[in-house]
Amino acid sequence: MLYIKTVGAIFFRFTYGLTLYDGIYFCLRVHRSAGGSSVALLPFWRQCWQSAAEMIHSLFLINPTGDVFLEKHWKSVISRSVCDYFFEAREKAVTPENVAPVLQTPHHYLISIYRGKLFFLSVVQTEVSPLFVIEFLHRVADTFQDYFGECSETIINDNMVVVYELLEEMLDNGFPLATESSVLKELIKPPNILRSVVNTLTGGSNVGSSLPTSHLSTIPWRRNGVKYTHNEAYFDVIEEIDAIVDKSGMTVFAEIQGVVEACVRLSGMPDLTLSFVNPRLLDDVSFHPCVRFKRWESERVLSFIPPDGNFTLMTYHVSSQNLVSIPVYVKQNISFFDSGSSGRMDITVGPKQTMGKTVEGLSVTIHMPKSVLTVDLTATQGNYTYDLTAKVLVWDIGKLNPQKLPTLQGSLSIQAGVPKPVENPSLNIDLKIEQLAISGIKVSRLDLFGEKYKTFKGVKYVTKAGNFQVRT
Amino acid sequence: MLDSNKDALKLEAMKRIVAMIARGKNASDLFPAVVKNVACKNIEVKKLVYVYLVRYAEEQQDLALLSISTFQRGLKDPNQLIRASALRVLSSIRVTIIVPIMMLAIKEAASDMSPYVRKTAAHAIPKLYSLDPEQKDQLIEVIEKLLADKTTLVAGSVVMAFEEVCPERIDLIHKNYRKLCNLLIDVEEWGQVVIINMLTRYARTQFLNPNINDEDEEKEKQAEVSALAKRKPYVMDPDHRLLLRNTKPLLQSRNAAVVMAVAQLYFHLAPKAEVGVIAKALVRLLRSHSEVQFVVLQNVATMTIKRRGMFEPYLKSFYIRSTDPTQIKILKLEVLTNLANETNISTILREFQTYIKSMDKDFVAATIQAIGRCATNIGEVRDTCLNGLVQLLSNRDELVVAESVVVIKKLLQMQPEKHSDIIKHMAKLTDNIQVPMARASILWLIGEYCEHVPKIAPDVLRKMAKSFTNEEDIVKLQIINLAAKLYLTNSKQTKLLTQYVLNLAKYDQNYDIRDRARFIRQLIVPTEKSGALSKYAKKLFLALKPAPVLESPFKDRDHFQLGSLSHLLNAKAGGYQELPDWPESAPDPSVRNVEVKESVRAVGTVTYRDTGAPRAQQTEGSRGCSFPRAVFNSCGPARVCPVNTFPTNRHSSAPPLILISASSEPDTGSGSESVSVSVESGSPSDSEESEESSESDEDEEEEEKEKKKKKKEIKARSKPDVSFQTIAPSSALKNYELLHRITGEGLSVEYCFSRQAFSPDANMVAVQMHFTNNATSDTKNLHIEDVKLQSGMRVKEFAEIELLPAGEATTAVMGVDFCDSTQAANFQLCTHTRKFFVSIQPPVGELMRPVFLTENEFKKEQSQLMGMNEISENLTLDAKCRNEHAIVQRVTTAANLSRVPCGSDKECRFAGKTVTSGSLVLATVATKDEGAAQLTVNCEKMVIGTMLVKDLLLALTQ
Repeated sequence: MLYIKTVGAIFFRFTYGLTLYDGIYFCLRVHRSAGGSSVALLPFWRQCWQSAAEMIHSLFLINPTGDVFLEKHWKSVISRSVCDYFFEAREKAVTPENVAPVLQTPHHYLISIYRGKLFFLSVVQTEVSPLFVIEFLHRVADTFQDYFGECSETIINDNMVVVYELLEEMLDNGFPLATESSVLKELIKPPNILRSVVNTLTGGSNVGSSLPTSHLSTIPWRRNGVKYTHNEAYFDVIEEIDAIVDKSGMTVFAEIQGVVEACVRLSGMPDLTLSFVNPRLLDDVSFHPCVRFKRWESERVLSFIPPDGNFTLMTYHVSSQNLVSIPVYVKQNISFFDSGSSGRMDITVGPKQTMGKTVEGLSVTIHMPKSVLTVDLTATQGNYTYDLTAKVLVWDIGKLNPQKLPTLQGSLSIQAGVPKPVENPSLNIDLKIEQLAISGIKVSRLDLFGEKYKTFKGVKYVTKAGNFQVRT
Repeated sequence: MLDSNKDALKLEAMKRIVAMIARGKNASDLFPAVVKNVACKNIEVKKLVYVYLVRYAEEQQDLALLSISTFQRGLKDPNQLIRASALRVLSSIRVTIIVPIMMLAIKEAASDMSPYVRKTAAHAIPKLYSLDPEQKDQLIEVIEKLLADKTTLVAGSVVMAFEEVCPERIDLIHKNYRKLCNLLIDVEEWGQVVIINMLTRYARTQFLNPNINDEDEEKEKQAEVSALAKRKPYVMDPDHRLLLRNTKPLLQSRNAAVVMAVAQLYFHLAPKAEVGVIAKALVRLLRSHSEVQFVVLQNVATMTIKRRGMFEPYLKSFYIRSTDPTQIKILKLEVLTNLANETNISTILREFQTYIKSMDKDFVAATIQAIGRCATNIGEVRDTCLNGLVQLLSNRDELVVAESVVVIKKLLQMQPEKHSDIIKHMAKLTDNIQVPMARASILWLIGEYCEHVPKIAPDVLRKMAKSFTNEEDIVKLQIINLAAKLYLTNSKQTKLLTQYVLNLAKYDQNYDIRDRARFIRQLIVPTEKSGALSKYAKKLFLALKPAPVLESPFKDRDHFQLGSLSHLLNAKAGGYQELPDWPESAPDPSVRNVEVKESVRAVGTVTYRDTGAPRAQQTEGSRGCSFPRAVFNSCGPARVCPVNTFPTNRHSSAPPLILISASSEPDTGSGSESVSVSVESGSPSDSEESEESSESDEDEEEEEKEKKKKKKEIKARSKPDVSFQTIAPSSALKNYELLHRITGEGLSVEYCFSRQAFSPDANMVAVQMHFTNNATSDTKNLHIEDVKLQSGMRVKEFAEIELLPAGEATTAVMGVDFCDSTQAANFQLCTHTRKFFVSIQPPVGELMRPVFLTENEFKKEQSQLMGMNEISENLTLDAKCRNEHAIVQRVTTAANLSRVPCGSDKECRFAGKTVTSGSLVLATVATKDEGAAQLTVNCEKMVIGTMLVKDLLLALTQ
C-alpha cells in the first residue's frame, strides 16, 4: 500500500531559545507515500506497532472506589476506557478477591492483581506468560512498600513523582529492567523526612547524583562501597502453620511454611555462610538469587553475598509427611435452631502442643452466614467485634492462659423468615509463639568470609498461624 | 517556572507536570517549554524531561526532533551509563524519521565495550522494530551479533529481542544454544523466563521425543516384550540433557514466573520419569498470592490430566479453605477431581462432603458436578456417589437439589435398570423443585425409563399436563417428549393426556414448542395419511442413548504451551508461537558445535579414554530403562564434545541380537554356501536374547538353535579359508530390524548392508532388505514414500514389490547416500493398506568400502594422515581374539574394510574409503604381549575416525 523511498538526506541546522546547537547536522530520511502525501504516515506506523510482540503495555492503578488514579504507558498511550471491561468484571464479582486476574477484551488482555485494597491493572496486547506479568506487578507493589512503608492510595498520591520515576526505571519498553531494590535505591533515593527538609533548603534532589554501580557488577543485588560503623546481621526464622482441622479436632491437613528474613548491615563485600543444625527437615526450598544453589545441593548450607538491608533469604516448606504439631485446640459448638430464628455459639480455645512456650496474639475470626443479624456474646478473656455488613466476627483473645481457658459464648440472632443456615461457619485462628520454630529447625552458625571486622549476629524464631482453619 | 534559571524551580515545575501525566491529564501544551530543558545540567530535571519527552514525542514529532542532538551527544559520552540512558530515551521516542539515527546508534551500541550499553541496545531493538518493521534484516544482524555475547547481562534482553523480531529464525540459536544453557542460572530472573520459553520451542524442533517409546507402549498395550526390546532404544541428545540439567535448579527460584517456565519446560520436554520434580515446586507456588495461585492451578489442572501420578502425593495441598476466592476453589476442585482414583477416592469424597455444606453456592454446584465426574470415572464408587447425591435431593437449597438432579440424570443414564427407585424418588420431587433445568431433567429421565416406572409415569404426565402453561420452555419440551414416549409404550393410559398436551403445545407462544408438537403429532398419532416414518416412531424415540461423558474442561488444553496466556484463556492470543511437534528424527546435532577444529580431536580423545569401554558396558547394563541416564550423568565436562554423541548413538542402535544370515554369495572363496555368525555387539544380553527367542515361535527357535550350532561348526572348519580373505564384501553380514512383525501387522522387514557396490549410483551404500510376510493375507504394493533426509543425503528406492503372498519372503535392494554421516534415513514403508514409519541408521563401519593397498602404499598414505587425523588407542584384546585371524574377522565384521597384506604377523592393517567423499580410512591393529594391542585409525574425516575407533574397540575387546 505504501511505497517508501529514500528521497535523500536533508541537512539543516537550527537554533532554539538561547541554546545554539552549533554545527550539528541531522541526517534524515523522508518517507513518502506513493501519492506524495505524508499524511498517511501516522496510521502506517501505528499499524506496525500493534503487530509487534510486546510485554506490558500500560499500567493503571485503581482505588477501591473504582477510579484510576495513576496511569503509566511504556509504549503508545492506551485510553483508560480499556479499564471499563475490568470494572464490569469487578461489578459482577462478590468481593474484590474474586475478580479473575486475567481478562480478555476485544483488543487487549487485562492482567490485574489486588494488593492493599488497590488494583494494579496492566494491559498487554499479545501473548505473554501471565505469571510473568503477575509476578512483576507484585514486585512493583513490593517496591512501593519498601520505599514508602506501605502501599496505599494516599501514599502513592503523595509520592507521585517518585512512583512515576520508579515505574520508568523498572520497565523499559514493557520489559523489566531494574527490579532489584538495591539498584533502584541507587537510582532513586527513597524519601525520608530529613532529606526532604534538606532538599527544600538546598534545592537538592532525591535522584541519585551518581549513577548506580551495582547495575554493572556481577552481583546486581549489592552495591559497592557499603559502610557501617556497627556491622550486624540478624535473621528471623518465621514459620507459619497451615492447617485444616475438622469438626472432631482431627487434623485433615497440616504443613509448615517457613521463611528466613534477613536484615544484614555489613560493610564491604561480605560472604556469608549460614548453616542449620537439621537441614534435612526442609522439604522444599526457594532462595533469593544471591544464594549459591550448588553449595546447598552438596552441603546443605546457605552460602551467599547478601544484599544490603532487609531481604527474604529463603522460604521453605516442611510437608505434612512429618507430623506437624498443632499448638492449640478449639472446642466449639455453633448451632442454629429451627424455630425462633436464633442460634447458640460456644467456643473454647486451649493449648495443645506449645513446647512450653506461651501462645500470644491469639484471635479467632468467623465469617458468619449472611442471615446472622446480630450476636450477643460474652467472652471470659479479650473482647470481640462483629462487623454487621461483612458479617465477620473477630474475637481478640491475646495471651493464652493455660490455667484459665478463654471461652466465648452467647446467642446469635438470625434474620426472620430465612431458612436457617446449612453450614456452620469455619473458624480462622491467628496466633503467635515467640522463640519457637515449630518445625524444630535451628540455625547452627553464621560464618563471615571476605571481610575482617566484628559482626553482631542474631537469630530470632517466631511461629505464627498461617491458614489455620477449624471446620465446624 | 520552566524558563527560570533556578534548578529548584524547574524541578518543581517538572514534578507538577509529571504528576499531571501520571493522573492521565493532558500536558502536551507545555511541550516546547519542556523540551528545551533537555540539556539541563540538573540530573533530576533531566530525568523528568525524559519522562515527558517519551510520553509526548509521538504527538509532537517536529518539536521532539529538537532534543535528538542531546542524545546523540550522550551516545558518545565516556560514561557508559550516560551512553546507555541516551540510547534508551532515544529509542523510546516514537518518531519515524529518526529511524536511521536509531539504527546507527543501536549498531554502534551493540559493539560497545560496556555490557550494560549492549544490553540497552538489545532493549532498543524491539522498539525500533515496532517503529519500522522494514529494518528487520538489519536488526537481525544486530541480534545475531548480540546473541554471541557471553555476558549474562545481555543474554536475557537479546533473547527477548529475538522473540519479538524474528522468533522464526531458530537457526540463529544453534551456535549459542550451549552457551545460553550454561549462562541461564546467572541471568536475571526476567531474562530467565524469556530464555526458557524460547529454549522450549527450540528443543521441540531439535530433539527427539524422549517419551516416544512409552507412548507407543500405551498405544499398543498388548505389544509383546520382544517388540519393545527390539525397538530402537531412545538415546537423549546430550544437549537436550544439558538443558534439563541446567534448568532444574531454577525450580528453586523465588520468582513464580521462572518456576512456571521451568515447569512447562519439563512438562513439554522431559522424559516421563523426570517430570515429577516440578510438582513440588508448583505446589509451593500455591502458597503465593491468589493471582499466582490462579494461574498455577490452571496449569496444574492441565498437567493432572496427562500425568496424574505426579501430583498425587500432594493431594492434600489442594484441599479447599473456606476463605479461598471462588475461582481458586473451583480450580482446586478441578484438580482434585482429576487426581481421583480408586485408592484415594474415599478421602476425596469425604472432603467433597464438607464442601457441599459451603455457603458459596457456585462452589457447591461445582462440587456436585465434580462428584458426578468422579462417579463416572471410577466405577467402584458410582453407587456411593449416587446415594450421596440422592440424599442431597432432600437438601433445603433449591440450587443444590437442581444441580444434583442434573448430575444424577447423567449418572443414571449409565445403568438405568438398577435404579428405578431413584427414578421414583425423583418423580416425587417434581412437586417441589422449581428450577427449570432440574424439572426438565427429571421429566426426561421418566420418559426415557418409563418402562421401569410404569405406574408413576402416567401420573407425572397428568400433573405436568395440568401445569403445562406455567412451565418454562425447556420443561415444556420435555413434557412433550414424555408424552410422546408414554404414548408409544403405554398408549392405553396416556392417549388422551398426550392429545391434550399436544393441543396445549399447538397454541404455545414459542414456535419451537409449536413445531415440536406438530412434528410429534405427525410422527406418533397414526392417521390415514401417516407417512412411513410413524412405523419407526418407537425406534426413534426409544433408541438407546449413549451416556454422556463427563469431561474435564482442561482436556486437550495441553496443545497450548503451558504457562502461556493462550493456555490460560484456552484461545490463541495474538503473537502466540505454536509449540512445534517433535521431529520424526533429530536434526543434525552438530550444528550446535562451536569448538574450533583442533579442539575436536583433543577433546574427542580424552572423552574416549575415560568414557570408552566401561561406559559402553554401563549403557548396556541400563538398557532396561528408556535411556541410559548414567552415561550422561558421568559425562562431565566432555558433554560439549560432539564426538561423544555418536558412539553412544550408534552403539545403542545395534539390536542386541545374535543374528544368523544365510546368504549364497560367492565370497568365501570356497564357493559353497557360506554361512556366517555375526558377533553380537552388545554383550551381556543373554537374558534379552532368551526373551527374544521365547517370543518367537517354538519351532523356529529350535530350528535356529540347530542352525546356529551347525554354522558354528562350519565356521570353525572354514577358518583357514577366511583368513586369506583380503578384499571382499566381507564375511559377516549383520541383520538389523526395520519393522517387527508385530508392529508391521505380520509384515516383518530386516535389512543388512550387503557391502556390494550399488550399481545405479556408486556413491550409495547398498541396503538389502528382506521382507517376510507372516500374516495370513497377502501384502501388495510394497513401496517407499515420504523420505525424510538430512540435507545432502539421497535415497534410491527399490522397485515396488507388487505382491508378497502370505508366508512368503522376498528381498530388495535400495541405495542410500548417507553423506558419510550416521544420520538415519527416515521414510515410510507403505503397503496397500498401511504405512509404517521406519528408519535406517548405518553403523559407521558401513559407510566405507574396501580398497586394495599394498603395504608401502598404506604406509605412504598413513604418513600423510598424521596429527589430527590420527587417533590411536591402547586396548586389551578379548581372550578369544588373540590370533591374527580372529582380529581380521572382527575388524572386517565391524567395518567394511579390506586387509592390507603385510609381512609382520604382529600388525594387521586395513584400508577402505568412505562411500560418498572417498576419503581414505586406514586402520592398524598392532598386537603386543599378553593380549595388549594398539589400535590406530587414520582418517581425514575425524568424526568418522573417532566413531570407527570406538566401534573397532568394542569389536576387539568383547
